[in-house]
Amino acid sequence: MAKVVIPIGPQHPALKEPENFILSLDGERVVGATVNLGYNHRGIEKACEQRTFLQDIYIIERICGICSHSHSTAFTQAVEEIAGTQVPKRALYIRAIVGELERIHSHLLWLGVAGHEVGFDTLFMYSWRDRELVLELLQDITGNRVNYGINTLGGVRRDISPEDAERIKKTMDVLEERTKYYIKLATEETTLIERFSGVGRLSKEDAFKYGATGPVARAAGISKDVRRDDPYAAYGEIPFDVITDEHADVFGRTVVRVKELLESYKIIRFALDNMPDGPISARVPRKIPTGEAVSRYEAPRGEDIHYVKANGTDMPERVKVRAPTMANAASVAHMLQGGYLADVPIVIAAIDPCFSCTDRTIRVKDLRRGDESVMDWNGLREYSIGWYRQRGVDCSAIKDFRKEDI
Amino acid sequence: MGWSIFYLLVFPGLIFLGAYGLVVEFADRKIYARLQNRKGPPWFQPFADFVKLVSKETIIPREADRRMFKALPVFALAAVSTVILYTPIWSTGALFSFEGDMIVILYLLTIPTLTFFLGGWHSSSLFSTLGSVRALTQLFAYEVPLFMALLGPAILAGSWSVSGVAAYYAANPAMALVNIPGFAAALIATQGKLERVPFDIPDAETEIVAGPFTEYGGRLLALFRMSLDIEMVVVAALLSAVFIPLFSGSALLGMLFFVAKTLFVVFLLAAMRAAMARLRIEQMVSFCWKFLTPLALAQVLIDVLLKGLIK
Repeated sequence: MAKVVIPIGPQHPALKEPENFILSLDGERVVGATVNLGYNHRGIEKACEQRTFLQDIYIIERICGICSHSHSTAFTQAVEEIAGTQVPKRALYIRAIVGELERIHSHLLWLGVAGHEVGFDTLFMYSWRDRELVLELLQDITGNRVNYGINTLGGVRRDISPEDAERIKKTMDVLEERTKYYIKLATEETTLIERFSGVGRLSKEDAFKYGATGPVARAAGISKDVRRDDPYAAYGEIPFDVITDEHADVFGRTVVRVKELLESYKIIRFALDNMPDGPISARVPRKIPTGEAVSRYEAPRGEDIHYVKANGTDMPERVKVRAPTMANAASVAHMLQGGYLADVPIVIAAIDPCFSCTDRTIRVKDLRRGDESVMDWNGLREYSIGWYRQRGVDCSAIKDFRKEDI
Repeated sequence: MGWSIFYLLVFPGLIFLGAYGLVVEFADRKIYARLQNRKGPPWFQPFADFVKLVSKETIIPREADRRMFKALPVFALAAVSTVILYTPIWSTGALFSFEGDMIVILYLLTIPTLTFFLGGWHSSSLFSTLGSVRALTQLFAYEVPLFMALLGPAILAGSWSVSGVAAYYAANPAMALVNIPGFAAALIATQGKLERVPFDIPDAETEIVAGPFTEYGGRLLALFRMSLDIEMVVVAALLSAVFIPLFSGSALLGMLFFVAKTLFVVFLLAAMRAAMARLRIEQMVSFCWKFLTPLALAQVLIDVLLKGLIK
């Protein structure tokens, strides 16, 4: 077969979100791959600049449907740092507990997706069945299954009662049993090993070079975890191990994620037993003093970085979010090269991508001229004013928040 | 002449096969679902799916070869439906049989795969082309072990007709015990023929959408799906006739045995589907040549030696 170029996405059954990969194939082998981000730009950062800090928590939480707690915690941490708020200990523990519950549901979700990508739907059904237990727990203690809304500036909004704690512990016992079964499955089932090992290799050097984070980096043998390296919430007081693996392929990433589940159960049990009493939130002024802060958070997918700049009003001047997928996306093209077409879905899925969390820009491609360009805010504004003027609407009078700020 | 038309169209031909094909599809889906800790579909779901597909608009891509695109599903259906005429159902004797009909059956069972290949190829779309190339590559890997797995029992029975083989094992049920390795090899090869996990490589959903069927829809897809269902019935019937010596003199009891045997084969196929992940095409080919073919060869050897011993 001659060399063919095949598009994976933006619409493709293997991708849960629109994103595009252009693959050059030589038979079944991938000889070249490019990753095109930018189908999911939602203007979240801009939206944050036009709302108050408190409203922003709820927007930020909707960056991702899976690691929503990661984003909202990273954001509130940054704002609290600027405001100089001392968050009560109990709130920090609750944040850590919810964060770990979220990691459990995210990793179980990933395990199912990985199973589905290699045609092992039974694993998909099993792990999603177990994920349901965590989602129900989260619903019980926060009120919501996905966007928990538990964070607020200065603490959390709901307390964990002793009965809740008991229920969480019981569920952790059930899940621990199941997780041990998954570890056995992932390391012993022949067809699964055939499909996972040696696939999507990313050596330690390459992981450094492409700036991989989270389980992708840890599976390459890089011991990197914000929870240990730069502790936030209550992690400084909770003992746990950072799981690393030397396989540096999809198999390694699976092992790291499944073993991290066991660590999460440990963390939750410890946090529930050692949670101090006291208030669950502190008062934070409506207007945040001038200042800026960077906040790091170990999301299930890797390091999540938020930058917030305040200018003394009740709205942030700038919010910048770097989702973990952004860091890992660069390594995907490298991992795809030289592999098989059949492995493309699992290699992409193995970084646990969350593309809509990642996209911060739109690439405009002119189909007639064939060139590409990146539009900045002013260009976009002028283009839209012109577009509406052609249709008889003049919206040039609508004020530009950006210009006012300058 | 009148009876032939009845055989072809009503029983055990198209109507019976179609209805039983839907039953088997339901059994397969339900078992698969229960093994995955799901509830599974209601009993009429395959029928509802079929009716829905038939009522949908048929879209033929502009680049596709219209005549071939439309004709191929009919070819597939005709080929698999014909097989039942030479396969024993309620008794050891098929409706029609002659010395060598096993070759005809295996030949007819190859035709659906060829129509999938041609159908995908004539759709002229990227995913269907890739899928059809995979379907053909896979064909060369599983056909040889499947043929050889059936060859062994035939050598021992001393007949090239499926009815003859079935009659021999019905008379000597204990002899069927030596054919268990061949049965295993044939079951695994059947997964490849029916394009199911772990060999659903040609229509791997997450890789190449629906493979050869990507461009198919409506009535034509319904025909393809129906021929896959019927293929499952006839393959299950063939395997149970050759490997499971459970027959009865009375037609009614024989029919019950037939249903039990085919559903047992379907259960084994569904369990295999639930317990594994999809292999890559090159892993599949090397598995078939390195493990499956030697297993089938061993079966042939066992049967040849045993036949020598008996003499």
